[in-house]
Amino acid sequence: MWTIIHKMGSPPWFFRFAGTLIRWLLPAVVLLLVVGAVWGLLYAPPDYKQGNSYRIIFIHVPAAVVALAGYYVMAIAGAMSLIWKIKMADTAMRAVAPVGAALTFVALVTGAIWGKPTWGTWWVWDARITSMLILLFLYLGVLALFEAYENKAVAAKACAVLSLVGTVNIPIIYKSVDWWYSLHQPASIKFTGQSAIDASMLYPLLLMILAFYSLFAVAVLLNMRADLLQQHRNSAWLKEQLLEGN
Amino acid sequence: MHPKRKQRLWVVLAIVVLSSTAIGLVAYALRGNINLFYPPVEVVAGSAPVDRPIRVGGMVVEGSVVRSETDLNTRFDVTDYEGTVTVSYTGILPDLFSEGEGVVASGTLDASGLFTATEVLAKHDENYMPPEVAAALEGKSAPSKDAPSYGGEGSY
Repeated sequence: MWTIIHKMGSPPWFFRFAGTLIRWLLPAVVLLLVVGAVWGLLYAPPDYKQGNSYRIIFIHVPAAVVALAGYYVMAIAGAMSLIWKIKMADTAMRAVAPVGAALTFVALVTGAIWGKPTWGTWWVWDARITSMLILLFLYLGVLALFEAYENKAVAAKACAVLSLVGTVNIPIIYKSVDWWYSLHQPASIKFTGQSAIDASMLYPLLLMILAFYSLFAVAVLLNMRADLLQQHRNSAWLKEQLLEGN
Repeated sequence: MHPKRKQRLWVVLAIVVLSSTAIGLVAYALRGNINLFYPPVEVVAGSAPVDRPIRVGGMVVEGSVVRSETDLNTRFDVTDYEGTVTVSYTGILPDLFSEGEGVVASGTLDASGLFTATEVLAKHDENYMPPEVAAALEGKSAPSKDAPSYGGEGSY
């Protein structure tokens, strides 16, 4: 366990590892996205009440789920950065923020597009939607805070504290529809018991969630590699690995 | 674990626990205000303010929708099965508005208990299913033959 963490913290090892992982993950992402999108958007049956407009669920829910899970990735990287002072954890934290912000933005925009025909409004200040907007600001805040400091070690420390404080928002987003009266409906996918979404729609949805998770992983790894390239642009090991074609 | 790291671990845990507690307490204090709407039972009980813009949410009572013949006014009852509020609204209702469906209406409550809405939103529930399944659940006959068939029907 410790040796893995030590290896992860080593830039040459991680750069190579991330490169290999991306080569395997990228085709899987493309395959999952194509199969999931075609299945969900073309073959899944229309909804009995909403007709075809419900199909935005195949983008909206995966984006939102991964935006929430991604925040924990960022916060855990932040905690590791604070406790063990691993530079690679700073790089990971910095790499997650823009991807998470983009996913949150997609979830908010698709929600608004669906909300207009379904609810009759683009936007309403209910608990779910407002807490999701706060998540977007948290991601953007970490991103901005990282750029605000000249000294990157200090920047990482500040970002780690911000992302740790922000973790309180994740269970709030998740449970907001159960704790308060909101316009947003409660979760359709249930971990225990019968889901409120029919199996013919649930399977493509789960596939899309898996696709978005892999997409998130690829995007974060690519970001981390780009960051490592910048950090170690004068290192001999980087030149060696690039010449190998990694 | 190195004592220094252990100390930093405690700092991290303290940050998470303290900020969660602080925000949890704020949310608890504001719990009434975070709710988007009042349920009809609270309106009936008199805990909703009168003559101030509020929202009321619940199900549209079956058979309660009365549309005016001269203008766009619609009257309907909203219930949470514990209390019922009559809503009057002038304007175009969202497509998903119908009897037995959820709505959230914003407007003001008058002293007589009539709620005059300025906006009515449809509240969608979490159930998603194909029309055939919905028909089967209602005990109706299967959809007509000319309805398109879709893949994955064997899975439920």
